[in-house]
Amino acid sequence: MTQSVVVQVGQCGNQVGCRFWDLALREHAHVNKKGIYDEALGSFFRNVDPRCEEGSGTPRIAGLRARAVLVDMEEGVLNEVRQGPLRQLFSTTQLISDVSGSGNNWAVGHHTYGSMYREQIVDQIRRAAEHCDCLQTFFLIHSMGGGTGSGLGTCVLKLLEEEFPEVCRLVTAVYPSSEDDVITSPYNSVLAMRELTEHAHCVFPIENQSLVDIVSQIQHMAHTGKPSAVIKKDCTIISGQGGMSKTQKPFDSMNNIVANLLLNITSSARFEGSLNMDLNEIAMNLVPFPRLHYLVSSLTPLYTLADVNVPTRRLDQMFTDAFSKEFQLMKADPRHSLYLSCALMLRGNVQVSDLRRNIERLRPTLSFVPWNAEGWKVSLCSVPPVGHTHSLLALANNTCVASAFTKLRDRFIKLYRKKAHLHHYMCVEGMETADFSEALHSLSALIDEYSQLHTHTHTHQAPRLNIAT
Amino acid sequence: MSVVTVQLGQCGNQIGQEMFSTIHDDSVGAGQKMYKECSEERFFRVNAAGALVARAVLVDMEPKVISRAIAKASKSGHWTYGDKAHFCQKQGSGNNWANGYCVHGPRHRDAVEDLVRREAERCDRLAGIFAIMSVAGGTGSGVGTYVTQCLRDMYPQSFILNHLTWPYATGEVIVQNYNSVLTLSRLYHLSDALVVHENDTVHKICSQLMNIKNISISDINRVIAHQLGSILQPAVTTDSAPHYCRNALGDLLSSLVCHPEYKLLSLCSIPQMSQTSLAYSAYTWPGLLKHLRQMLIANARMEEGIDWKVCVPLSGEESTANRQMCFNRSLSNLLILRGKDASSADTGGFKDASLYVPWLPPGGTFNTWNSPVPFNGYEKSATLVSNSQSLLKPLDNIVRKAWNMFASRAYIHQYTKFGISEENFLDSFAMLEQIISSYTHL
Ligand SMILES: Nc1nc2c(ncn2[C@@H]2O[C@H](COP(=O)(O)OP(=O)(O)OP(=O)(O)O)[C@@H](O)[C@H]2O)c(=O)[nH]1
Ligand SMILES: Nc1nc2c(ncn2[C@@H]2O[C@H](COP(=O)(O)OP(=O)(O)OP(=O)(O)O)[C@@H](O)[C@H]2O)c(=O)[nH]1
Ligand SMILES: [Mg+2]
Ligand SMILES: [Mg+2]
Repeated sequence: MTQSVVVQVGQCGNQVGCRFWDLALREHAHVNKKGIYDEALGSFFRNVDPRCEEGSGTPRIAGLRARAVLVDMEEGVLNEVRQGPLRQLFSTTQLISDVSGSGNNWAVGHHTYGSMYREQIVDQIRRAAEHCDCLQTFFLIHSMGGGTGSGLGTCVLKLLEEEFPEVCRLVTAVYPSSEDDVITSPYNSVLAMRELTEHAHCVFPIENQSLVDIVSQIQHMAHTGKPSAVIKKDCTIISGQGGMSKTQKPFDSMNNIVANLLLNITSSARFEGSLNMDLNEIAMNLVPFPRLHYLVSSLTPLYTLADVNVPTRRLDQMFTDAFSKEFQLMKADPRHSLYLSCALMLRGNVQVSDLRRNIERLRPTLSFVPWNAEGWKVSLCSVPPVGHTHSLLALANNTCVASAFTKLRDRFIKLYRKKAHLHHYMCVEGMETADFSEALHSLSALIDEYSQLHTHTHTHQAPRLNIAT
Repeated sequence: MSVVTVQLGQCGNQIGQEMFSTIHDDSVGAGQKMYKECSEERFFRVNAAGALVARAVLVDMEPKVISRAIAKASKSGHWTYGDKAHFCQKQGSGNNWANGYCVHGPRHRDAVEDLVRREAERCDRLAGIFAIMSVAGGTGSGVGTYVTQCLRDMYPQSFILNHLTWPYATGEVIVQNYNSVLTLSRLYHLSDALVVHENDTVHKICSQLMNIKNISISDINRVIAHQLGSILQPAVTTDSAPHYCRNALGDLLSSLVCHPEYKLLSLCSIPQMSQTSLAYSAYTWPGLLKHLRQMLIANARMEEGIDWKVCVPLSGEESTANRQMCFNRSLSNLLILRGKDASSADTGGFKDASLYVPWLPPGGTFNTWNSPVPFNGYEKSATLVSNSQSLLKPLDNIVRKAWNMFASRAYIHQYTKFGISEENFLDSFAMLEQIISSYTHL
């Protein structure tokens, strides 16, 4: 089996990352009750002898270390990690921090810290990579709105491309909502996007506003629970119950959703199933053209009813929900835009017939590009998420991202036209005036490439190849 | 004589495991010594400990599927896979035919060849090689094609039969049509014949004939295994009577593939039903064969919903009219009957010359095999292996969809990365258009 290394950068990246590690431990503890260090566990964790930090060599779990590198240019979050319940997962060298942060300035993160910490970061990543016998994927987690995650995070992305060109680079990027309190977040996001478009294999854009809305939707459901529909307390997607951290911090519920996304993306590669989907299949299936690699995701069900029997209707509802606006981790509506491709990754008690029935049911309500009218990728993993009997993760390459990106571009232009705050960026060494216009140009080009797909929807079928008979 | 089975990729390994399990249970359940011995010689060997070991080589580029197949076989308590008969790596081919064919195949050529050679050397006489794979993924299709090519070089005189699973037409791997086109175009000249199961058809059999509500991949594989078993288990042929024919693959191929341009074989079996209804059903040979014949000419892979209006055109009739009637013309058919009185059933309906192309000598187009032993719990059963136009439409759909995608150049960068160029694609398209044209003009 293959392994993945997680690189989490900045406050958001590290907070999301820690929720991921907590839930990943919980998931493996649930599946693997015998305390044996198995291949599935090995995909994200090393087994070390805690006394010497070397590989333990025993089949039993001795000490688990996350295959991760944690980077923040501020001390706060990483200090919490050092003292928190997950501290044993990381050896001190895996944590790289400075004191003052990037002050919400992409240029400081990208250029200043990028050149200062480059070597240390590469060293740590290389060390993590050496501990893998088949490193397949890097998961990079960061926000787009701040300075460290977006700036240094995308610098790390380039460095991964240079140092490990063969390894798949999947980025989980948290986009600021329109009422974000970081004023420069549109600058940071657009500057970062240019790097993501050019250097990532796939990006899973997550919008904070979507996470906020999903959390409140779930809380609403939990409180208005009808007597016939009791919601199990320990298995909603936002709950961290059963994990190591006992106290809930402000972003925890939201970050648990992102952590669940990562667990579900990787489940079919970690656990067995009758139709496996390895991580290298994501880009192969979902990315028809290299730059168009932004995948909108949705997770269903968001909560589980205490009743364990799954009537067909409720299962079908799960499929319907996966396409509805309310369940997308981005403020976008794939159902009313054009699909380039779509993956349905199922876990638990779901059969091919459920899958086929729902694809046939939903297909007429969706539009696909004409050259990929049956653009589905499906997978069946036999192990459900903790507390659920079944679940669905939908990943869509859909032109709806263009409208979300257009809004981001508008916010960028509003600031840029007034040259607001520009001097904070221009005084950073390594930053050039052209960087802003080029980043804007790159985003506009991306938006255009998505929009152009709409104009070709009515092309006729290509005339077939003639052969001499 | 023995057959070495090569299971490739997830699909190949899951179907292969199901097939050995069906074959084993059938030959033990039959309670007939000759039949059991012949089947065991064909598919199993006996190891030092006296246990049955499948004559199989398991190949995948990731470990999970193979370890489950091995575990399932061991759990049966009756047979196992060979101790060192599998080859796997850590990561799959990522649904990329080019990755399988250009990278994994050549890199692991020696290891896979060794495994097959070892297994072949354990056969007193090798009847041929049976390779099982899907066409939609990366390993079965890409590595499978490459391995078939190597085996063709290693065993130029042996029969090589490929079993291919075609994907659901409504999509399950996005690049499935590209991978299918690349696989089919190359296998066509390497393999002696391609036996095809379409997942859509088998799915329908599960839901409409077997009455399964929640159809799993295992349910689908059991139907495929049943049909494969019914052609591969011992049977008496015209030449071998009164004994079981020993060279199953050779006889199959010589009955069905009379021209190298035509080697797509489809299967249909009758009856197929759930265990519970089986207990309440009785069949006569004339009834079964009447249905089966109509399934053949109307191109229905199932006895449910056959179009009884389709009939064999009178000779000299307009060919366009035939096409409108959806008449399915054959090059050759092989009918396998199993159960009581199988040898005396009247198969005259399949001998009608107007079922076949006019340019083949009438004697060579139709063959019957039979066995008095009821197969897999069915008191009487019939399976028809057909080299006919029946796969023309699904093949045409695959090529059409792949061609549409190719026109936009979508996903092509994933293939060129591993050395498959646009010209390679064009060659494959041209090759398949040729096959489509040949079958169309039968
Ligand atoms: N979902 C989520 N968003 C967060 C979290 N922490 C911060 N954010 C968002 O991330 C953006 C700010 O980026 P941070 O990650 O805090 O910044 P940073 O990368 O640490 O960079 P500097 O603080 O500038 O050095 C804002 O849009 C916040 O709303 C978190 O834990 N979860
Ligand atoms: N009937 C049937 N089809 C299967 C089975 N497993 C996979 N498939 C089909 O095979 C295709 C996918 O190919 P796989 O065999 O999974 O791929 P692979 O050969 O392992 O290649 P990679 O995973 O890409 O390395 C799809 O069309 C699946 O529906 C099975 O057990 N039975
Ligand atoms: Mg910070
Ligand atoms: Mg596979």
